[in-house]
Amino acid sequence: MSDSTKSISPPPRVLVTKIGLDGHDRGSRIVAAYLRDAGMEVIYTAPWQKIEAVVKLAVEEDVDVIGVSSLATDHLLLPDLMAALGEAGFGHVKVVAGGIIPDGDEAELLRAGVSRVFHPGSPREDIVATVGDLATQARAACANG
Amino acid sequence: MTDRSAAAPASGKLLERLLDGEPAALAKAITLVENAGAQAAQVLAGIQSRLGHALVIGVTGPPGAGKSTLVSALVGELRRRGKSLGILAVDPSSPLSGGAILGDRIRMAEHACDPEVFVRSLATRGHVGGLSSAAARVVDLMDAAGKDVVIVETVGAGQSDVEVAQLVDVTVVVCAPGLGDEIQAIKAGILEIADVLVVNKADLPNAERTMAQLEGMLSLRDPGAAGVPVIATTATEGRGVAELSDAVEARAEALGGSVRAARTLAQIRLQIADSAAELLRRRLNDSDDEGLHALCRSVQRGELDLENAARRYLSDYLVNKA
Repeated sequence: MSDSTKSISPPPRVLVTKIGLDGHDRGSRIVAAYLRDAGMEVIYTAPWQKIEAVVKLAVEEDVDVIGVSSLATDHLLLPDLMAALGEAGFGHVKVVAGGIIPDGDEAELLRAGVSRVFHPGSPREDIVATVGDLATQARAACANG
Repeated sequence: MTDRSAAAPASGKLLERLLDGEPAALAKAITLVENAGAQAAQVLAGIQSRLGHALVIGVTGPPGAGKSTLVSALVGELRRRGKSLGILAVDPSSPLSGGAILGDRIRMAEHACDPEVFVRSLATRGHVGGLSSAAARVVDLMDAAGKDVVIVETVGAGQSDVEVAQLVDVTVVVCAPGLGDEIQAIKAGILEIADVLVVNKADLPNAERTMAQLEGMLSLRDPGAAGVPVIATTATEGRGVAELSDAVEARAEALGGSVRAARTLAQIRLQIADSAAELLRRRLNDSDDEGLHALCRSVQRGELDLENAARRYLSDYLVNKA
């Protein structure tokens, strides 16, 4: 048993969503369950979200991290999402992407401000640890900004 | 982990933006209150004079009765009537990991881009009773931000999850036909807190029987409880939702303005007790006091029972540092 008698609080708040027209949401459901089991609060949406709706949701729910699943080129909308978050004054929120994202597109997403791209086969531990670290960074950035 | 309470700008400015109805400010204030951040008390003190505008509706009922779908339909109807809305949707935290899937927004996609509809999902974070411990304060924040109507949707509720009735003006209890014993499950508990009863999924077989059962049960209650309407809805098609809105508004009028403002001293005392217990729980969990670690180890080794550990904490560690 751990020597610490404390539990971590408050839990990170993470939005798991899909933008665009692709409805394959098995992957996003699995990742949502990973994050829940790691003690995070996951706001889960149906697929087919508009960028405008994702920004409104991120603001209202005051999330730390947004995870966008993309299996059919919807990741190309992510630069628009990053710009819209910045315009809404929520540039401190960290965004990660996962799914089928060609290597050639990854650099472009990272340039647009996406923090991390998870490819097929990404281990649970990596996803959970990365999202947890990014949540901590988002809170620090928000506090300093 | 970074303290989220430091995440907001100075509380004075936040308060001003909140009272102006700015969504980002309302969202930050809710985070402060939920995490009991240092500025939360200041913000809550600052809104006290601005409370009482909103009609607060509670929606509760067993899991799968269609609460979120009905709330979404109700929001649509109230938007047509020109109301701005705040929605507080509560889902359970895992008792094992502390994590949660907050999925009530899935059923509210219709309002995803409507600036007059502000939705916030809260996890119960170990609180029992169907709500989050911050729920009453979050309702106040939405009220202060100028929402005309605030809707509180509980977790899928069981017999004893009646807490919602204490912080809303009108309580709507939602049931569905075909859940069989579900009627049995609610009849002694949450049925008694209903100001309006709804049989949702009224397009299903047995809906009429469920209506009759509920009306029968109501007829057995004391005459003072008369006047609770039973309304059939099919939320997915919007049927019965206008009648529900009418019933809620009529009930609010019959109850005479803001019921929340008419809390009794005994209710206020209970709410203070709840808040004090929450503060204590949080302080205990966040404390780095070596004496507290020692108490935990004593209980683990079986040298001390929980009751006496709690008493010793209260007398030795808390009182000295209050």
